[in-house]
Amino acid sequence: MELQAVLMAAGGGSRMMDLTYNTPKPLLPVGNKPLIWYPLNLLERVGFEEVIVITTKEVQKMISTDPKVKLDVKMKLDLVCIQEDADMGTADALRHIQQKVKTDVLVVSCDLITDAALHEVVDLFRAHNATLSMLMSKAHEFTETVPGQKGKKKTGEQRDFVGVDDTGKRLLFMANEADLDEGVVIRKSIMRKHPRMHIKTGLVDAHLYCLKKSVVDFLADNKSISSIRGELVPYLVRKQFSKSTNSPKVIDETHQNLKKNDSNISSRDEELLHLTQERSCWNDHRGDMSDAYHGGRLRCYVHIMDEGICYRVNTLAAYIEANRLAPKLFDEPAVHPSAVVSERCLIGADSIIGASCQISDKTSIKRSTIGVSTTVREKVKVTNSIIMHGVTIEEGCNIQGSVICSNAVIGRGADIKYCLVGSAQRIEPDGENWDYWV
Amino acid sequence: SSILHIAAVVVSGTSVVVYMYTWCLSSSIHISAVVVSMFSTIICGFLFLLVVKRLPEHVQVDDPAVVKRLAKKLERQQIPLRSDYGYKVSLFSHLHQYSRKAPLTQQLSIPSTVIHPSIVRLGLQYSQGIVAGSNARSVALLHAFKQVIRDYTTPPNEELSRDLVNKLKPYISFLNQCRPLSASMGNAIKYIKKEISNIPSQCKEEEAKTKLLTCIDRYIEEKIVLAAKAISKYAIEKISDGDVILVYGCSSLVNNILCEAFEKSRKFRVIVVDSRPRLEGREALRRLVQRGISCTYVLISALSYILPEVSKVFLGAHALLANGYVMSRVGTSQIALVARTFNVPVLVCCETYKFCEKVQTDSFVSNELDDPDDLMVTRKGKTQLENWQDVSSLGLLNLVYDVTPPDFVDLVITDLGMIPCTSVPVVLRVKNLDQ
Repeated sequence: MELQAVLMAAGGGSRMMDLTYNTPKPLLPVGNKPLIWYPLNLLERVGFEEVIVITTKEVQKMISTDPKVKLDVKMKLDLVCIQEDADMGTADALRHIQQKVKTDVLVVSCDLITDAALHEVVDLFRAHNATLSMLMSKAHEFTETVPGQKGKKKTGEQRDFVGVDDTGKRLLFMANEADLDEGVVIRKSIMRKHPRMHIKTGLVDAHLYCLKKSVVDFLADNKSISSIRGELVPYLVRKQFSKSTNSPKVIDETHQNLKKNDSNISSRDEELLHLTQERSCWNDHRGDMSDAYHGGRLRCYVHIMDEGICYRVNTLAAYIEANRLAPKLFDEPAVHPSAVVSERCLIGADSIIGASCQISDKTSIKRSTIGVSTTVREKVKVTNSIIMHGVTIEEGCNIQGSVICSNAVIGRGADIKYCLVGSAQRIEPDGENWDYWV
Repeated sequence: SSILHIAAVVVSGTSVVVYMYTWCLSSSIHISAVVVSMFSTIICGFLFLLVVKRLPEHVQVDDPAVVKRLAKKLERQQIPLRSDYGYKVSLFSHLHQYSRKAPLTQQLSIPSTVIHPSIVRLGLQYSQGIVAGSNARSVALLHAFKQVIRDYTTPPNEELSRDLVNKLKPYISFLNQCRPLSASMGNAIKYIKKEISNIPSQCKEEEAKTKLLTCIDRYIEEKIVLAAKAISKYAIEKISDGDVILVYGCSSLVNNILCEAFEKSRKFRVIVVDSRPRLEGREALRRLVQRGISCTYVLISALSYILPEVSKVFLGAHALLANGYVMSRVGTSQIALVARTFNVPVLVCCETYKFCEKVQTDSFVSNELDDPDDLMVTRKGKTQLENWQDVSSLGLLNLVYDVTPPDFVDLVITDLGMIPCTSVPVVLRVKNLDQ
């Protein structure tokens, strides 16, 4: 087997608490499908047959019992539960399933919505025998207005500095603004080996990593690393250029020396690989006297997407943007066949109506997503909004640019603009609600 | 061609039947006529099948019937078909031309189940040029086959000797799609297939696998590593102090020879000739200068200007053909031609495992076309040939190999000794007798 897929679905969604306090993040509806469906669909399309899903007990219960949460994937899902309050980072979760990991892993986060060609990332991993290979994308500006934030100043996200070499594939430097004191510090050894480095800041990390098995074994021995993105990846990128023997490789050999046979095999194979590299007239850089890869055995690669969809749904703005773009990723019809849509209503071409909905006369729905089992009464105008499951919207309402969470009830004649209505909340009839969170 | 076989059998059978019948009629023996004619048909059929060997098919991309057959074969083996890219110059339109930006892995599932992961990795390394050079490709191929053999388990009711060969066939098609196989790889594959078929059926699986792995190790050791040592020994005799040696491109064998000669304290200097678009000479230059050999670097357009200084030319080879022609990197024949005009001796260094039974007198019939986009150069942010596909009368040609006639080669240094170019068929005959 070549690669095992691991889906991290135990995150709390700490940056969108208003949406996630009732529904766990992996099950938030995006385009009327649970968020976790998107990475699972990506893995299935590419050809995976089994996925290890690391999630919380709550999510597992909801997947197995709730009929609204339907994951129509043909793959075999191996659900591993961890305690919600254990405060486990992604690397801790990998350490937890170390016994199940038999080969190299592809780690995906549950909030990734993308149509990237995964073979680009995996090809870098295979061709260069890399230890780490990841996916990044050029960040797009979010165009939709976010409810409840017109007045507030957007807190600046900490920037990520990513340094790549001239080809744009080899990852040389990675640091977050939060970890840097005054400026970006780059070691001379890196500059000597790669005199031309491009440092990019406007990139979105897709949290999709191909890791060698030796890295998972290394994590088992180093319990201090708890987050893949925050600690493991910068550590591996730094270790590429450290003078001492790279520790993942050291661990690699000790594990293989456990079985005597294997060490003979690995040494013969190493010799052949070395012979191949020696005889091959290829070098990954030119201008200095060193061999290919500067003789380093730890290599980190990145594939930066120029075009295409790549979103991480971890903030409210991203959630709204994703809902706008999600219909482009699958070709199901916009209006679900089981929805009861009356004749005299206007439904725009880019709106999605979920299953078992009831849309009454004289409603106008433009650029919006209506969830499963939602009732929309007469003369309602819904523009640019996201309505989740089980919502009841009484007559004459006007909803614009808002997010209405599941099971909410909007009273008659309410006028809601740029608001976020929480789960199971009630909006008083004839209220005028502008730009706040309920 | 199986249809041809059947047609031939039928035609010969009927003609024999008719002949025998008329003969028997004329000698008036009726019953035996039918029996004799039946037997003769059967015998003719068998003889025909035995005598007519299946000829290897030349690459014929412009013949739709051949392309269809290839597509059907790949579909049977569950390997995706790689599509050709861009306009091909008409003289070479029978060859494949692929783009590096459209790898074959695009159409494969990601945890590859049909093809062993080490073969997928190898195919990627071939198509991206990470493993380049005849020796490196053969060693990498054998290394990948070792992984395949290690991970192989015989299915029930099957014999290892037959099933393993069938398992290797789709892998070889896959590698061929990634980059056409070289002659050395072809010989290595023939050797492995022979070794696998020769495994006795009562041999246990573990034993058989260990035997195969040791065979592969021994092949690499004998044919590549030790051969290189033997060739260096012979070649160093030919290098004298004060020599100016010209090399072309990056041949691992020639670099090896020069480094060994330098270690044996011969005093010489090297001129490295390079050519676009591969510019492999830079890598050769780096390796030689790293050892301390004093080098000069020129492009092939400056060849006639520096040849008056040169005392010997050492060339590497991709394959040596049965009629004595040397198949090597494109540009080698030019070097040999100009060197001959200046009366500079040309020595070709080649291991015997690269000797191949093909016969070629020109570089058109059987060659390899590389990605035409490699010819585009970006200087100061401008790429002149960026939209070459839009110009209907423009075709980009990126040839990889060419053949040098034996009249231009003075000596071939192999691990069997120093032989003239025309002795290649003798070596092949001796090798076949050994096997």
